[in-house]
Amino acid sequence: MSTVKDKQDLKKAHYVSEWSRIPLNGDPIWLKQLRIRGAHLFRDTEFPNTRMEEWRRTNISIINNTSYRSTPASPPIALTQKAVEPFFLKNPAATELVFINGRYNKTISRLPALPEGVAAGSLRRAIQSPLARVVKTHLGSCLQARNAYTALNTAFLQDGAFVYVPKNILVETPIHIIALTIPGQEPSAAYPRVLAVLEDGSQASITTHFVSLSEHQPYLANAVEEIILGPNAQLDYCRLVEEKAQGNHLATAEVRQDQNSRFNGFMAVLDGNIVRSQVCVELAGDGAECQLNGLYLNDGHRLTDTQFSVLHSRPHGLSRITGKGILDGDSKAVFLGKVYVHPDAQKTDSRQLNQNLLLSERASVETKPQLEIYADDVKCTHGATVGAPPQEVLFYFRSRGISEAAARGMLTCGFAQELIEEAPTHAIREYLSAHVLAKYAPKEIR
Amino acid sequence: MLEIKNLKASVNGNLILKGIDFTVNEGEVHAIMGPNGSGKSTLAQVLAGHEAYDVSEESSVTFLGQNLLELPAEERARAGLFLAFQYPVEIPGVSNAHFLRAALNEIRVSRGLEELDAIDFEDLLKEKMELMNVPATFAERFVNLGFSGGEKKRNEILQLAVMEPRLAILDESDSGLDIDALRIVSEGINLLRSPQRAFILVTHYQRLLNYVTPDFVHVLYKGRIVRSGGKELALELEERGYDWIKDEVMAAA
Repeated sequence: MSTVKDKQDLKKAHYVSEWSRIPLNGDPIWLKQLRIRGAHLFRDTEFPNTRMEEWRRTNISIINNTSYRSTPASPPIALTQKAVEPFFLKNPAATELVFINGRYNKTISRLPALPEGVAAGSLRRAIQSPLARVVKTHLGSCLQARNAYTALNTAFLQDGAFVYVPKNILVETPIHIIALTIPGQEPSAAYPRVLAVLEDGSQASITTHFVSLSEHQPYLANAVEEIILGPNAQLDYCRLVEEKAQGNHLATAEVRQDQNSRFNGFMAVLDGNIVRSQVCVELAGDGAECQLNGLYLNDGHRLTDTQFSVLHSRPHGLSRITGKGILDGDSKAVFLGKVYVHPDAQKTDSRQLNQNLLLSERASVETKPQLEIYADDVKCTHGATVGAPPQEVLFYFRSRGISEAAARGMLTCGFAQELIEEAPTHAIREYLSAHVLAKYAPKEIR
Repeated sequence: MLEIKNLKASVNGNLILKGIDFTVNEGEVHAIMGPNGSGKSTLAQVLAGHEAYDVSEESSVTFLGQNLLELPAEERARAGLFLAFQYPVEIPGVSNAHFLRAALNEIRVSRGLEELDAIDFEDLLKEKMELMNVPATFAERFVNLGFSGGEKKRNEILQLAVMEPRLAILDESDSGLDIDALRIVSEGINLLRSPQRAFILVTHYQRLLNYVTPDFVHVLYKGRIVRSGGKELALELEERGYDWIKDEVMAAA
């Protein structure tokens, strides 16, 4: 009889065998070593399971039990820019970087001129350029050993998105990274990777957008993003997860902020089967500020897991975490906010709020805002709410002649809209508003 | 216009309204006064169609020829009934302009009129906001969110001006207002008075009636109208309080 461990070993053997077939392509030795470290870590780390505190409420055994093949380097169909244009931002000045199964596709990307010294493109290309030094310094540097899947991403690291903004440079137009998964005939996994480095006093807006052109083949997008903000740098960041119904998604973003830097993040999970959206910020310099806003729209039998953590390592840091979820059908959402205040992080100012709107009696939410404080002079709050649209509010609408169905629609859109207005990029706000309106608003009030 | 006969309503088995009769004609202003807990707000909510209240089958309320008690809340509004709430609710993420346009268009469609598009509505809202003397910022602010008590009441009156109902029930629109806000709210009400439009002012205090002169005053106590009269009744109540009425009711019992 096989034990749980034996089964895990079998699954792992599958990935190790896939891993051994990665073409070497003249990669520098440090990259090979990084991959080997990832592979070791993967082999020695248990798959995430409900016996682990962080995964207690999120059962991903369906992902663990699937032996995903690596997605093909070049997709079976040749893609034109026209095929990916629907994913482009409604801002013709935006840089549109298209990645297919984790690999950069320059021909179908749109590359307007960027300020001198700014790089936005392929990680693999950067390794062969004078920027190799930057990549080598930072790639894998702030990724903690979060779980077996983040290790697996590093083990399979071959390409990815690389954004570099030199000191005091302001990139005014948004950089939009489209991570497109096109699975093969069997269940396949893509390993999107992002590295963004903003030097001292620089500023940029980056959006990673996870989508798929898969019709019905199951797949896994296993993404890792690393974001490094130098002193006084400012990043507006959005993550949109819009996988297909048969697509699972595990994403981890690691953000390391130096002093007085500002990170304004907006993470939206719009679609996908099981989606885990994790962002881990370390406020590693004095006076650094971060805002983490998460929106998840669940229906059917979907499961989303939003994990935001902020580590306050230094004094005068500020963090704001807000999660908002709308749950319909038999869907389930998990929200875990975690703020850790180190003894050195005096004068920390932190707020956490998670609000959930239940549109169905069968939907469920597990919410757990957490605070761990080891400094004595701090201001930290947290709170959570879960509930259906209040009858008193519905009556107010109805007393103005608005039907209950229309009232629910307006209320639901408004609930999301309130958070959408916090999204840092205009084009993203428009995109999300339109999405929410199409999903929840009755026709007559659009 | 509105004919209330033997209106009895209870909530969770407690009888709050114990048989109310009165009639409101076009153009009239009726004040409903009474001590706390007498059932004033319940009367307003029952007329607007709040489902938390059970209305007795013996009761009848006719509004513009229709059986009001059969209509759900939204259809009462479409028929021309408006309730200004004592405690207006906050609606995050929905702007006043969006809310009011949706409301007005529901009413217009129910009357066979064309919907107003956003541009026409903007003109109309601007005109009403100037008329009601509310700041231009009201349009884009989320409905009542972060509004002060006075701003919420003024917002209710703005909604009244936009919806142009036949009958407006104002539930304590004067409570919690300072004298300047009270003046603005009363001026708004007076501007909206017309021979076709009737008002029911539910109020605890006589103060509002210094500015808006009622045609009739009814005193509600323990779920019944115990006295009706003209505007001089309000002055008498202001002078003598409610105790003498309570004593009279006790004596009669």
